Amino acid sequence: MASIILPANPSESRPGRFGVYGGRYVPETLMAALMELERAYEIAKADAAFQAELNELLTDYAGRPTPLYFAKRLTESLGGAKIYLKREDLLHTGAHKINNSLGQGLLAKRMGKKRIIAETGAGQHGVATASACALLGLECVIYMGEVDMERQELNVMRMRLLGAEVRGVGSGSKTLKDAISEAMRDWVTNVRTTYYLLGSALGAHPYPTMVRDFHRCISREMKAQILEKEGRLPSAVVACVGGGSNAIGAFYEFIPDRQVRLIGVEAGGRGTVLGEHAARFQGGVPGVLQGTYSYVLQDDDGQIALTHSVSAGLDYASIGPEHAMLHDTGRAEYVSQDDAAALDAVKKLARTEGILPALESAHAVAEAIRIAPTLPARDILVVNLSGRGDKDMGILARELKL
Amino acid sequence: MPIRFNHKPGLVVYLTAGDPSLEATREIALAAIDEGADVIELGVPFNDPVADGPIIQRASERALARGTRLKDVLVLCREIRAARPNSGLVLFSYLNPILRYGLSKFADDAASAGADGVLATDMIVEEAGEYLAEMTRAHLAPIFLAAPTSPDERLEAIAAHSVGFVYAISRTGITGKQQSLAVDAAALVARIRRFSGSDGTRLPVAVGFGISNADHVAQVAEFADAAVVGSAIVELIERSTPETAAGAVARFIKGLRLPQTALAR
Repeated sequence: MASIILPANPSESRPGRFGVYGGRYVPETLMAALMELERAYEIAKADAAFQAELNELLTDYAGRPTPLYFAKRLTESLGGAKIYLKREDLLHTGAHKINNSLGQGLLAKRMGKKRIIAETGAGQHGVATASACALLGLECVIYMGEVDMERQELNVMRMRLLGAEVRGVGSGSKTLKDAISEAMRDWVTNVRTTYYLLGSALGAHPYPTMVRDFHRCISREMKAQILEKEGRLPSAVVACVGGGSNAIGAFYEFIPDRQVRLIGVEAGGRGTVLGEHAARFQGGVPGVLQGTYSYVLQDDDGQIALTHSVSAGLDYASIGPEHAMLHDTGRAEYVSQDDAAALDAVKKLARTEGILPALESAHAVAEAIRIAPTLPARDILVVNLSGRGDKDMGILARELKL
Repeated sequence: MPIRFNHKPGLVVYLTAGDPSLEATREIALAAIDEGADVIELGVPFNDPVADGPIIQRASERALARGTRLKDVLVLCREIRAARPNSGLVLFSYLNPILRYGLSKFADDAASAGADGVLATDMIVEEAGEYLAEMTRAHLAPIFLAAPTSPDERLEAIAAHSVGFVYAISRTGITGKQQSLAVDAAALVARIRRFSGSDGTRLPVAVGFGISNADHVAQVAEFADAAVVGSAIVELIERSTPETAAGAVARFIKGLRLPQTALAR
């Protein structure tokens, strides 16, 4: 068991800590930039003009609020709880990621940074960031693992068309983790001129807090919409968890509502052996990866484990620190769905509702498909449909033999 | 024993432990000490080395491919300590392998293996409460990095918490060789000096990142106590065979103290 590093004074609840998780574990060179970012974000957060500008973009450019849609045919075909879909897939660029890319893009501009770097797994954060940079007139460099570039080729072309430079990362597992490390190496080298637009609720403080704040709108809208449609809160909110940005956005406003179950769905991949999945709460141990203390899939020497998922966006060895806390306190439950279940869920949703979910989001749909028939008809499940599946057509064509 | 720099300038040699093998790393370390390296930094290989450039990334991959583990690095440390009782030995690691080993057990075992100090690349002073307590308890010197981007108040905390020496990063960026020494370096060392104590008890400052030839070492001598040479030596080892590496490193280190070209100033 790893020892837990506590703040010097544990009674002091410091910003950036989620219970014992989170914090800042980075090379010293980045500390000044993280502190500058923390200050700039605090000021922007409290600035009505910043919030108004962001809200205008979220509304007129990105398409918020997104609908909360009652999936009647899916519900009827399963028999059991009512299933609602929060349609983040309808947002501009095709996923929830644009909420954060616009927020941080505006922040970077306020800070006078002209060069933006970002990592991407499935390419959705890369496309969202490339779009935000085009809109705001910022230079954009995206790091992406070579394995991911191949399996999400369409998004690579979208990013290039949007004016971003996509740099392939050939080290390690050539996926999201390696893209983050390469982005961190760029940042540590060009820290004085460059803004690192991290795309998940991961990394060193203030990123997990800031990214969550930019996605809070998901659960804020969900809550108002379900109260309007049903006059009560849902029984459960279900979301897929890679780094955890869409899930924390979907959970956050419901955390005080203890009667609402919060269910995070990790990638079960193709097996339960280390290396075959990305289920951090089933085999992960607390540790430090890429700036934050959280659950990490690793071997018994502390080397980061390889991961596998059919969905590039969930294929990551660690998880956002706030999820680690929600897991330990029992406020949220974390389960996993494997590749096959996710693929079945894509097909099921496509055939019953005419909606093609991203492979990442399909993991949440798969969990809803599993539990809905076990629940009474008066129960309500809200599934955060974090992205759309157009980007996955290559994989789907191969896996589903289309 | 306390870390001492017996040469002017002092020389810190970084080696990725287990590249090309643990035996070879031991021979290289002993040769380096015999050529006047004051401190050996034994790098614990890690498979997500965010602060390292391609040369040390490749060395880490080779060491891990051979199955090098943290406990093996501790054995190596013990062997080097037994063979050279007076040299400085520092364990250089990313945090995660240390946490997985167990912070407290690591401190005990590092001390009993004869390590003088520990440098954890991704440990900053604000997060170091329990880490510092364990280092102190085990009589290990915690060494922190200082960067050109660190504001004065951070340098003050870094100097206050470091024991043995402060590792000043010569430039923003990752590890690797470079043509010329960054102008950042002298300014950073001067800023650290304001917080690193007065003459008699002054905490030494070592400058690293990109130091790859005798000119660089001579320049560092003008404003700092020691130079850290890492990637240049790791690359030399990469180009050598396991049998020739120790000799090649010894010749390289000898050359570092004999500037071959006059300084252009």
